[in-house]
Amino acid sequence: MIEKRVFVSALAVLVLTMSAGFCAEQPKELTVFTAASLTGAFGEIGQIYKNETNISVVFNFDGSQVLRTQIDNGAYADVFASANTKQMNALKTGGMMNNSSVSIFTKNKISLIIPKDNPGKIQNLTDLAKPGVKIIIGTKDVPVGDYAIQIIDKLGNDSAYGPDYKKKVMDNIVSQETTVSNVVTKVALGEADVGFAYVSDVTEDLAAKVDKIEIPDKYNVVGQYPIGILKQSKCPAEGEEFINLVESEKGRAILEKYGFEPMGTAAKATSSASASSPSAARATA
Amino acid sequence: MAAGSQSARIADESKHGLFMASDQAKINYMIRLPEEGQEVTGISVRAKEIALKVGPAILLILAVAFIALPVVSLFIKSPMDATIRSLHDPVVMDALRLSLMTSSLTTSIVILMGTPVAYIHARFHYFGKEIADSLIDLPVIMPPAVAGIALLMAFGRMGILGHYLNAFGISLAFTTLAVIIAQVFVSSPFYIRQARTSFEDVDRSFESAARTLGASRTYTIFHVILPIACNGLISGAIMAFARSLGEFGATIMFAGNFQGRTQTMPLAIYTAMQGDLDVSLCLSLILVAISFLVIALVKTLTRRVYKNAGN
Repeated sequence: MIEKRVFVSALAVLVLTMSAGFCAEQPKELTVFTAASLTGAFGEIGQIYKNETNISVVFNFDGSQVLRTQIDNGAYADVFASANTKQMNALKTGGMMNNSSVSIFTKNKISLIIPKDNPGKIQNLTDLAKPGVKIIIGTKDVPVGDYAIQIIDKLGNDSAYGPDYKKKVMDNIVSQETTVSNVVTKVALGEADVGFAYVSDVTEDLAAKVDKIEIPDKYNVVGQYPIGILKQSKCPAEGEEFINLVESEKGRAILEKYGFEPMGTAAKATSSASASSPSAARATA
Repeated sequence: MAAGSQSARIADESKHGLFMASDQAKINYMIRLPEEGQEVTGISVRAKEIALKVGPAILLILAVAFIALPVVSLFIKSPMDATIRSLHDPVVMDALRLSLMTSSLTTSIVILMGTPVAYIHARFHYFGKEIADSLIDLPVIMPPAVAGIALLMAFGRMGILGHYLNAFGISLAFTTLAVIIAQVFVSSPFYIRQARTSFEDVDRSFESAARTLGASRTYTIFHVILPIACNGLISGAIMAFARSLGEFGATIMFAGNFQGRTQTMPLAIYTAMQGDLDVSLCLSLILVAISFLVIALVKTLTRRVYKNAGN
């Protein structure tokens, strides 16, 4: 008889703990799948959104290709923000997006990052080809990796660097990460000598551990970030409110603060792109 | 158990002549014997019998189906021609070659280092043995991601040991050696635990007989104990091999992800899945086939152990 009582009470405790988990999902929330490079900026925008509408935003920050794969395989999301148009287009072709809601909301450029103490003595782009240098980039599917390969290609095609340069740089790559956050972490840990990340990735907290080396505009790539609402979304109106907030003056200011390229009007965009590069600290070892 | 201890108490008390009517009532309550004339094979009893057989049967079918479904889905979702085509993809070939090479090296290292450790733990007792034992078992319980970070903190460029090695120009992270280190870390307990059990199961009388016949300690170990424990050792080695083949978290964190150098099969599957599903499926099928092989081998070997032990 005693065993039966123990058994029934244990079962009751189990059921109660499980139902507690379900009940917690009652309040309405917006699920936003976002490229990892937007972690800081969207975190802030999400907070403002919550203060204005009292709906909490649940973020999933990861490589854009990882998020696309998850959505393809059935993950639920209301809004998707990608770091390149390739992943967004893949979802659009697959019929997952509400195509009319998709728009480019910001741009980002690539930057080299080095650990604060600069163990590889990297000071400029030519140093990337030095033998023994450890470079970390993204995989070819993750936007930051795709952009990095484009930049290396551009450098290889330029007579100032040459095709030999490209081969030496590719030989120096030691790891390909599936999201830019891992690139930044490994460089901040000092494991690698240099990494290809976004200009926006060197946040205030990281500024103590990493330095940036600017890539001149003629070699750099301007990544376009599209955002859109998914067809499966149960709260498309709230999703649209969120996108409006991102594209508003407030949202733009936050994105610029984190290092993203200001959008402005088309005419302003091209001229302000190079002028307003954030304070890039040239590494002087 | 409650019924047992109560009836034992009642039995004790009845011996001392303190058997009371209330105790008799308790026994009647606990043991429901069929009354005179009651049909023992009533419909409710038959229904209970059937339910007792069908219930567990359904559970069994559900459990097996739950495990079988994902495996079968792998095969259904990868058409034969796409799989054969993927076999020639350099990503697949590099990952396969790297995985087999590193896992074989890992298993050899684990056997060489682990056998003496297992023997010592099986036969001798020393101060701090419990702690050493728990430490050796730790990588089994530890989540692989934790193992990855831990290895980085120890052997990475800024690591506790790593920054001394770096001064000598030795860098471990992002090399194939790092892959092997990560695999040895997570798979050695599998071999050591199995080896220790095998050594403990060797009948001491064989050992004593050999010693009394004049064999030296070394000779006994190599020619008496090891052959008897052999099957268990081999199955332990196979488990370690399988574990090292599947290692993902520690590898991707400590060794990184680079095709041909550190991108083992699980890493290749994860990376490829984000771009080219066919390559991913092909590698998965290969790993499933290897897993089945491992299970079959371990089963045959351990069965022979029981057969031998019976003699």
